[in-house]
Amino acid sequence: MSKQQISGGEALVKALEHEGVDVMFGLPGGAILPVYDPIIESSIRHVLVRHEQGAGHMAEGYAHATGRPGVAMVTSGPAATNMVTPLCDAFLDSVPMVCITGQVPYAAIGTDAFQECDTTGITMAVTKHNFLVSEAQDIPRIIHEAFHIATTGRPGPVLVDIPKDIVDPSSPRAAMNWYQASDADMELPGYNPVMEGDRELIRQAAEMIRDAERPVLYVGGGVLRARAAEALLELAEMVQIPVVTTLMARGAFPDRHDLCLGMPGMHGNYTAVTAIQQSDLLVSLGARFDDRVTGKLDGFAPDAKIIHVDIDPAELGKVRQVNVGIQGDCKLVIESLIEALRELGGVETHADRQAWRSTVSGWQERFPLVYQQSEPGEKLKPQFVIEQLRDNNPSDTIVCSGVGQHQMYTSQWWKFDHPYTFINSGGLGTMGFSIPAAIGAKTGMPDRRVWAVDGDGCFQMTAQELVTSTVEDIPIKVALLNNSYLGMVRQWQEMFYDRRYSEVHLSDRVPDYVKWAESMGCEAIRVESPEEVEPAIVKANEINDRSVVVEFRTDARENVFPMVASGKTNSEIQVDPSQEGLLR
Amino acid sequence: MNSATPTQRWHTIVTTVENKPGVLARVAGLFSRRGYNIHSLAVAPTDDERFSRITFTVDVEGSPLDQVVKQLNKLINVVEIRELDPLDAVERELMLVTVCADAGHRHDLLELIDDWRAFVLSENDSEIMLSLSARPARLDEFEASLRPFGIAKLQRTGRVALPSLD
Ligand SMILES: Cc1ncc(C[n+]2csc(CCOP(=O)(O)OP(=O)(O)O)c2C)c(N)n1
Ligand SMILES: [Mg+2]
Repeated sequence: MSKQQISGGEALVKALEHEGVDVMFGLPGGAILPVYDPIIESSIRHVLVRHEQGAGHMAEGYAHATGRPGVAMVTSGPAATNMVTPLCDAFLDSVPMVCITGQVPYAAIGTDAFQECDTTGITMAVTKHNFLVSEAQDIPRIIHEAFHIATTGRPGPVLVDIPKDIVDPSSPRAAMNWYQASDADMELPGYNPVMEGDRELIRQAAEMIRDAERPVLYVGGGVLRARAAEALLELAEMVQIPVVTTLMARGAFPDRHDLCLGMPGMHGNYTAVTAIQQSDLLVSLGARFDDRVTGKLDGFAPDAKIIHVDIDPAELGKVRQVNVGIQGDCKLVIESLIEALRELGGVETHADRQAWRSTVSGWQERFPLVYQQSEPGEKLKPQFVIEQLRDNNPSDTIVCSGVGQHQMYTSQWWKFDHPYTFINSGGLGTMGFSIPAAIGAKTGMPDRRVWAVDGDGCFQMTAQELVTSTVEDIPIKVALLNNSYLGMVRQWQEMFYDRRYSEVHLSDRVPDYVKWAESMGCEAIRVESPEEVEPAIVKANEINDRSVVVEFRTDARENVFPMVASGKTNSEIQVDPSQEGLLR
Repeated sequence: MNSATPTQRWHTIVTTVENKPGVLARVAGLFSRRGYNIHSLAVAPTDDERFSRITFTVDVEGSPLDQVVKQLNKLINVVEIRELDPLDAVERELMLVTVCADAGHRHDLLELIDDWRAFVLSENDSEIMLSLSARPARLDEFEASLRPFGIAKLQRTGRVALPSLD
């Protein structure tokens, strides 16, 4: 190890380079200035955002798409508080991310100095871990620890708060002897994630699967985090058990596969919801029994035994009592499970599931997803727009969505056949997620087509990042489903508040999305009738030198079905009004 | 009604944590976000200076502590956690108390101090300061028997605990 005296700021940038960081998203300011200076010489690409929240979601989008940790860097005070939403978003969806924040000089901490805020205090509850670095000499080690924590075990966001005086070359406290930190330097005595599942529990799980007559594989985002999609496919095909993929796991199992039932939950399809509900065994892989999936808990899957696999032991039994809870990495556990099932004998030795299969396919035939096409003169149906997008794009297109009705339509009507092709905000439900996340995904996967499906409410929260996409030459495509409403909230007011619409109408007149998009350097297209939909998408796909915004004027009266209303059990699922007659 | 003694509805959790700034705030935050009140808390370095031991008792009658313990385990700075059943643990707490001791009652008070094997730490004509270390329930009783004399100041440390040796 050669001893080289450098400043903490240089050490920070060098440490990031050594972690393999190729891009980071950020915006400079006073406290982080000394770190922005060595960035000029660095191999790391820096993407200058228009709002720090955008930097955070870009880092998330990058991480979702590539599996590598996303990196964001911002200054102290208001920049750090602007980062709280993406940190919380990444925390709830277990997204690996490292965020560097500037801080006032160490000696000024606690004095209400200009742009001082207690960043580690504020972000304690929304990060997997955070650090306040007190000495320049610690920087390489702590950066290494931050990446280690963010990417191992249950991934999540880690924040590193850096006082200005340990990075500013004019400060004596910034001098340090450079070293490249390795695992041996880490000081994390309390952090030892367990990867391998317990053999005996896995054997018990295999026996339960063998004996189950109505089993379902309930797949959550943990399968994607563990890069376990291939192992899952092998398992499902081996045991011929139907698979549901939660909002966070769409694409973890191909939608076009015969065994795929699609998404369960509040806006899941009838078959996925009902198969879970009537199962005798739920094999939960990297899922967390979120209330949006279970509905009213005491009526959830009443006959099901539970096998629960999760890397985070705090998830096992947190919501629903388990019969077998296996702590471990989903990929390793699924592989061991396949082995254990093989040892027990082939699928011929399993319980007879013929009746279950035909029940399930009966539901699929009777209750497909449906919508009524618009009549001439009516506005576009959002589902139709998503279908057209799906049919006019390659199956490996990366789709990022905002939060609201358009998110649910996207999850329902797109066909996700590849892992890491659907990126959205599940746990926190952050409006405005899609455009910055799409920019982050495109940055990490420049050769892939990236579409953001956004709502008009969401668009108005983060659209300014399209300026970033133009200036930084990161072209994405935005399908803006403009229903002039905070549509999802409108739907709840229609269904549960007697159609008393309170503060959900945005505006039919402003903004002019085409002009707005053009002013940000994008190509912009407005689409109002069904015949224009496909040509507009085709045209958007032909433009690759800048971002494109296609505004679809959609029907505000349209609601998302099926729906399990809040507080109801999954057995009380409301199907599309046209299918109500089919329910017994 | 539950016939358990008051001490039994309290869970004692003993955590070994890294001796670093902010660790107590992380630990305490996990309780406060769930609306659990920390009843008593004692923090001090262990025999190894790199680590501290935090002993706390929480009033969680009826609500499962299991989830909090699991969440505590997820904190990077928490190295070890033990939930101690009061029946299998030795618990001690220290009390410092200043009691009124005018001439008329001084003799009775000194007798009581003697009976309880408490220590006199400081005294003047009107008051006596004393200390007692005992099981928390015993301290409750001692406190009750001092009350008739008049308690001027009282401070308890919160309990510390270790598993008993069978
Ligand atoms: C930051 C934030 N604020 C408020 C909400 C509550 N919320 C959920 S969906 C929604 C409406 C979204 O409107 P829009 O983007 O137009 O999508 P639509 O439902 O109309 O498709 C709102 C306000 C939220 N999820 N996130
Ligand atoms: Mg809308």
